[in-house]
Parts: sequence; C-alpha cells; structure tokens
Amino acid sequence: MAPDVLAAAWLIARKDLAIEFRTRSAFLSALVFALLAIVIFYFTWDPSAIPALDLAPGVLWVIFTFSGLLGLHRSFGVEQEERAIDGLLASPVSREAIFLGKALANLVFVLGVQAVAIPAVALFYNVPFGRAAPALAGIAVLAAIGLVSVGTLFSSMLVNTRLAELLLPMLALPFFVPVVMPAAQATARILAGRPGTEVIGWLKLLAAFDIVFALACTLAFPHTIDD
Amino acid sequence: MRPDERTAPVITATGLVRAFGARRAVDGVDLALQAGDCLAVFGPNGAGKTTLLRVLAGLLRPTAGTAAIGGVALPGGAAARAQVGIISHHTMLYGALTGRENVAFAARLHGVRDPDAAAAAALARLQVADRADTPVRSLSRGLQQRVSIARAVVHTPRVVLLDEPYTGLDDTGARALTGMLQSLAAGGATLVLVTHQLAEGLALATHLAVMRDGRFVRQESRAGVDAAAYLVRYRELVTNGA
Repeated sequence: MAPDVLAAAWLIARKDLAIEFRTRSAFLSALVFALLAIVIFYFTWDPSAIPALDLAPGVLWVIFTFSGLLGLHRSFGVEQEERAIDGLLASPVSREAIFLGKALANLVFVLGVQAVAIPAVALFYNVPFGRAAPALAGIAVLAAIGLVSVGTLFSSMLVNTRLAELLLPMLALPFFVPVVMPAAQATARILAGRPGTEVIGWLKLLAAFDIVFALACTLAFPHTIDD
Repeated sequence: MRPDERTAPVITATGLVRAFGARRAVDGVDLALQAGDCLAVFGPNGAGKTTLLRVLAGLLRPTAGTAAIGGVALPGGAAARAQVGIISHHTMLYGALTGRENVAFAARLHGVRDPDAAAAAALARLQVADRADTPVRSLSRGLQQRVSIARAVVHTPRVVLLDEPYTGLDDTGARALTGMLQSLAAGGATLVLVTHQLAEGLALATHLAVMRDGRFVRQESRAGVDAAAYLVRYRELVTNGA
C-alpha cells in the first residue's frame, strides 16, 4: 500500500535534502549570495545617517527573500533532469504529498540560510540579537513557511519554461510582500525592544498569510502539475 | 492467479483520443489486453506512441474516449498508478543518488514492504548490482537505463509500459531486459512495448500494432505472423502508407 500523505511527503523531502547535501550547489549559492549582500549593504551604509537597528531588519528580509529564491528555483529543477518528475507523478503518492515534500525540503533550505545569515547580520551591524534570538527565530520560521509555500508552487509552474529564472522572482515577489512586510515590521519592533503588544498584531497577520498560502498552494498544486 | 483474472482485460481503451490543441496525437485507439499479454507498438517518429503510453500511465488525461487499467478508469488516481511501471527514454533517475537509493526510493513511494531488499533484488535481476552504490550520473547510459528499468519494476507492477527500453543497452543489458520482461509476462504482467526495434518487439510480443498519425493502422495477434514478411509489410506501411 502506498504511503499516506505525510509519510510520502517526508520521503520526498528526505530525497531532496539528500540530493542537496550531496551537491550543495543551491545551498552554497544562496549562502554566498546572502553573505555578499550583507557585506555590500554594510559598505553602502552610513551609520551616522541611519541607525543599525533601523537598517538591519530590512537588510535581513531582503537577503532572505532573494537567497530563498535561489533554492526555490532548484526545487523542481532537479526533477526535470531525466524527467524524474514523471516517476513521482506515475507513483501512487498524492500530488499534495509531492507539494508538501518539496515545500518541507525548501523550508529546511531557507531555514539553513537564515541560520547563517542572522548571526552574520548581527555581527556586521553590531545588533544585540541575544535576548531577541528566540523571537526572531519564531518570526523566521513563520515567514519561511509563507515564502516556501508560494515559491514551491511557482517553481513547479515555471519549471518547464525557458525563462524560469527570470519569471520566478517576477511572479513570486508580489506574493512574498504580505509575508515579508509583517516579518520585517515584527523584526524591527523586537530589535528595538518594543513591547510585545506591538509585535503580536504583525505576528497574527504573518500567521494568517501562512495558513492562507499553505492551504491555497497545496490545493492549487495538483492543477499546476497535472496536464 | 485465478482463471477469471487471467482472462479479464487488464488494459482497455475505447476510442481513446489525446489532443494537443488541434492536433490529435492519439486518435481513436481501441485496445484490450489480458494478463500476460505483450503488445508491441511500432511506428514512425511522431506517430503518437509515447503519448499513448503517457495516457496509459496516467500522466496525461484522455481528451476523449475511455481507458482503464485493472478496471480503474484513467486517469484514475493512486489506484491505477499503483499497478503501473513505466520505462521511458528518460531514465527518471536522480543523478546525485546511487542506483540503490533511486530504486529504493521508488519502492518506498509504492509502499513495497521491504524496499531495500526489493531494490537489491531488482538491481541484481538487471545485472547492475555491482554498480548499485555508484551515483547514477557516474554510470554509463546503458547502466543508467538498467537502473531505470529496475526502478520501474521494483514494485512488481501489473502493467509495464515501455518506451524504447532497448535504447542505450549493450547485449548483456538487452538480454537481461528481455529475460526480465519474459519473466514478468510469465508472472501475469501485461506489457505495452513501444519500439523501433522490430526484432526485439516481435520476439517478446503476443500482439502487434502499427501506429501512424495517432491511429492503429494494423493490429493483430503475434501468433502465426512471419517476422520477415511482417518487416516488409511494416516498411510499406510507414513509408508508403499502403
């Protein structure tokens, strides 16, 4: 009997992570991009004009958004080589399981990049992340769920197009806005030491968009992948 | 296998059509194959053979007509897909994973009880066990094709759809594939073999079909067909349309 949705999703995610662990191509690209972007932002920053606490949240979320796109593009790219996607689609696992497996692997990928980029931003901008670290980690996870839901769906839709690398950011970025905006706002308030009541509204908005995007993308995926 | 299971059609198609825009790649195909049957489909490039296989595999929806695998109408969902193994000219393998990992992954997707043992057995049948732990992208095309065949049959499918499976195989690989297909058919699997290699097709098939412009222009039982005469007739059909 074919595995249930969650078991099949885990199988697919584990396979994707094994491939990424062997090749490290997308993770290294995203990591190098993130670190280079932090360095460039640092050298273009005038500390006398903009305080670090005002700049750091924006830098962080710009980097997460664009470095995440590198991994999301790769997500279905590995399925296109030798049409491995046909093997998945011809298997008895559900289309929803394929989407969830891909999204789970992408989530690990994005969180891995964030795990390196957040300390790097703290280091370059001398931002005291220490006490705020657990809250920031929570925001990062919440935002990553929304980003990978949308990104995984668009990656599957665009994988067969010649201009996928160009079209993925163009299509996905407008949908990233409702996720990145509350994440950046919540990050700014946490770093500024503002009271929790000012943050909770943004977190609720972020969680609401996560639920909407995760559900909508899971339901839409079979229609994008099936002929 | 009970007698009624052997005589009930495993693959059926009635007036099957698959169109891409205005072009009908498959145009009114009728088909009925029982357990143990092997249909060899010959035809020129662009005849619609691969599209027919993709419809039968549940990868493409029929535009019109009906098709069923094991009584489940296509596209049919998981119940139909669980019964099918598909071999294409693309290997459907992940280059960064080893042959063993690829085949075991396919076994797990199909819910095979002991996926690692099943993968090892399938790779051994295709005589590629000694290279099972090499990443697929380091293997030659022929060895990749053998691993791909092991991937397709690891769950012992009731229906095996083969699209040019002999491409890239050396003599050893071709013999291993033929032996494995004969043993699958003897075990009750139904095979649909799309190939340009008439000799292999004629050696395996119980039924023959020639496809041109999306239609079966000739369809017959293999029994009593003289291979040399069939080859001549086939060439006339595809070159002259006679």
